[in-house]
Amino acid sequence: MGLFSFLKNKFSKKEETKPSEQEEKSLKTYEKGMQKSRKNFASRLDSLSKRYAKVNEEYFEELEQILIESDVGVDLSLRLIEKLLDDAQKEGISDPKKINELLIDNMFVDYATSGDSIENEIRFAEDSVTVLLVVGVNGVGKTTSIAKLARRYQQKGKKVMLVAGDTFRAGATAQLSIWAERLGCPIVTGKENGDPASVVYDGCQFAKNNHIDLMIVDTAGRQQTKQNLMQELAKINRVLGREIPGAPHESFLIIDGTTGQNGVLQAKAFKEVTDLTGIVITKMDGTSKGGIILSIRDELGVPVRFIGLGETMDDLQEFDLDKYLYGLLLGDEEHE
Amino acid sequence: MAFESLSDRFSNIFKKLRGQSHLSEKNMDDMLKEIRVALLEADVNFKVVKAFTNDVKEKSIGLDVYNKVNPSQMIVKVVHDEIEELLGADQTEISFTKGGLTTILLVGLQGTGKTTTAGKLGHHWISKEHKKVMVAAADVYRPAAIEQLHTVADQVGMTFFSLGKDDPVKIAKEAQKQAIKEGYDVLLIDTAGRLQIDEGLMEELKNINHEVHPNEVLLLVDAAAGQDSVNVANAFNKDLRLTGVIMSKLDGDARGGAALSIKYLTGLPIKYAGIGEKMEDLEPFYPSRMADRILGMGDVVTLVEKAKDIMDEKEAEKTAKRMMEGDYTLEDMLKQMKQVRRIGSLSAIAKMIPGMPKLTDEQKEKAEREMVVFEAIINSMTPYERRHPEILRYSHKNRIAKGSGLTNADVNRVIRRYEDSKKMMKQMKQYQGKPGGGFRF
Repeated sequence: MGLFSFLKNKFSKKEETKPSEQEEKSLKTYEKGMQKSRKNFASRLDSLSKRYAKVNEEYFEELEQILIESDVGVDLSLRLIEKLLDDAQKEGISDPKKINELLIDNMFVDYATSGDSIENEIRFAEDSVTVLLVVGVNGVGKTTSIAKLARRYQQKGKKVMLVAGDTFRAGATAQLSIWAERLGCPIVTGKENGDPASVVYDGCQFAKNNHIDLMIVDTAGRQQTKQNLMQELAKINRVLGREIPGAPHESFLIIDGTTGQNGVLQAKAFKEVTDLTGIVITKMDGTSKGGIILSIRDELGVPVRFIGLGETMDDLQEFDLDKYLYGLLLGDEEHE
Repeated sequence: MAFESLSDRFSNIFKKLRGQSHLSEKNMDDMLKEIRVALLEADVNFKVVKAFTNDVKEKSIGLDVYNKVNPSQMIVKVVHDEIEELLGADQTEISFTKGGLTTILLVGLQGTGKTTTAGKLGHHWISKEHKKVMVAAADVYRPAAIEQLHTVADQVGMTFFSLGKDDPVKIAKEAQKQAIKEGYDVLLIDTAGRLQIDEGLMEELKNINHEVHPNEVLLLVDAAAGQDSVNVANAFNKDLRLTGVIMSKLDGDARGGAALSIKYLTGLPIKYAGIGEKMEDLEPFYPSRMADRILGMGDVVTLVEKAKDIMDEKEAEKTAKRMMEGDYTLEDMLKQMKQVRRIGSLSAIAKMIPGMPKLTDEQKEKAEREMVVFEAIINSMTPYERRHPEILRYSHKNRIAKGSGLTNADVNRVIRRYEDSKKMMKQMKQYQGKPGGGFRF
């Protein structure tokens, strides 16, 4: 368990200090938000281990089902179960509870070793404005996530501005402007159906002239199969890099928590256009488990940075792998 | 690796099965496993996959394996047909109230495309069916949702109704009142996206439902939806008694297994498919295309086509044999004509019938026109009449002519043609093996 404990400490960053009021509140949001998706899962796995005194083939099949039904993906699910079977045999484990723990450990190791370990928080550039580009398919919650991220960094004392790069969808600019007003942060907008790259250019000038710390760029939702729209995104990316050295410093792909296997293709396609540095998984306050993020990490190495748990500005949490996996597989009761 | 096409997966299994003449439980297991994986990768719900592959297994056991088709292709065909049938068994037309207002409620999770779809539906009914359409903005929560709908409504020329951020139930009610008063044909109600477990917001929908009694309650489902889609559909269906589903974002490359899961478990018909961001990008739902898509698109289609062709040939051979044994009915004649239309070259029949001429394009076109007439007439007969046309009297013929919208002369022509063909069949039987026997269409 050497590797596992090492990774676990590295990823979980558990601190012994008493949580501040803010942290306490955020923990509650998280618990409340994840409760629904955990609950039916927890009871299922709980009853599963109670039904079996010893694990057998059927038990592994049911575990496989639980993974697949969480949208983890067939390929990764089968690999995880195969390895679990192997490990269980080698180490002679047949207690269902221990098997569950072993599965979580394996999943943890798989995630941790599938790419770089990355801080959840945005890495700020040393001597310029930091640019965060936000991309994704239609309807995943880009605009709402941007508002939440802006709020988060405003609270950390950063000067945040927004760029309304979605000039296509009716009402998109209006939607982001309403958020900007609520947040009290500057926003740069363009004409409806205008060239988004030119809005982004304007945004860069504004950011440079106004000592902005973080510029968040919204983009139109696009199906990753649309070549012309992906080219448009590449252009936005180029303009950013030309106007602000090193930009975009971060590119977040927003993934809808209810997404199935297409999530991997989404990540793959967007990664070709901009160097994805993270994923924000949204709508995790529902009953979906968002297991697709494990497949994305497994195949492409892109890490999850934040989790969206609701519709208000404060419903955004740092991604905590440990918590997520326990939530996914075991639920609250067994997370000690 | 994930996302291998189904035919790639099968290529290895093919080898094992060469030379087996029947599909049995044993030789199907590997293939069913691959089908299971393919369906799961398409996001078909786990439980549905299980039940569905069992159905397929039962249907396939004992099927003959034809020489030219390998067993895997046959199973793919069975699976494909089964999905197609499942997806398409129902009436998908919107049922409009004659001479009154038809109220349609659009519901779904956040971001599934309700507002855009409202615009597309409005556009469709206004431009294609010249209906007078109003849309009500009952999403008072998402910032700028009202503005978005307003823009969309203006784009397609439908009347926009809003009371700002008032109570959504009141908005729906008032909109309906005004729509009835002003003689609208259709009222679309755009609602806020919500989680099916959000009790407060589901209650709101129930109240809207209760107040306006919509003719249709349509659930928007994202083509990329994962395993949870069935829980969402079940919950919305339980609270609102849905009348159908619209699949959105089918212009991406998601395989859309949710369509099959939801149809399989709820029986709700899938009424439309969203295929892009423009207002014209809405289609009727095509079950066959969806089946192709769920099974992994293009290459499977070719595979299935191939299998179908060969199986049709078998069928044609059987018919030809039966025909020449003198057991030739009007149904056979129609089947034959359809095959001619489809295969064109008459390959299968030509092989069986010596001296069979190939058709020119002109002849084919003529045959095509004739086909329509023949089909209408034969379809207006009772099954017994089709098998025993000799019993047809004047009164029968009158009824058939009326039923098909054609004349008695047309009916007589069909029967004459049938008798000619039958005679020829008999002659052909005697000619069999001798060159020069003719067969006219």
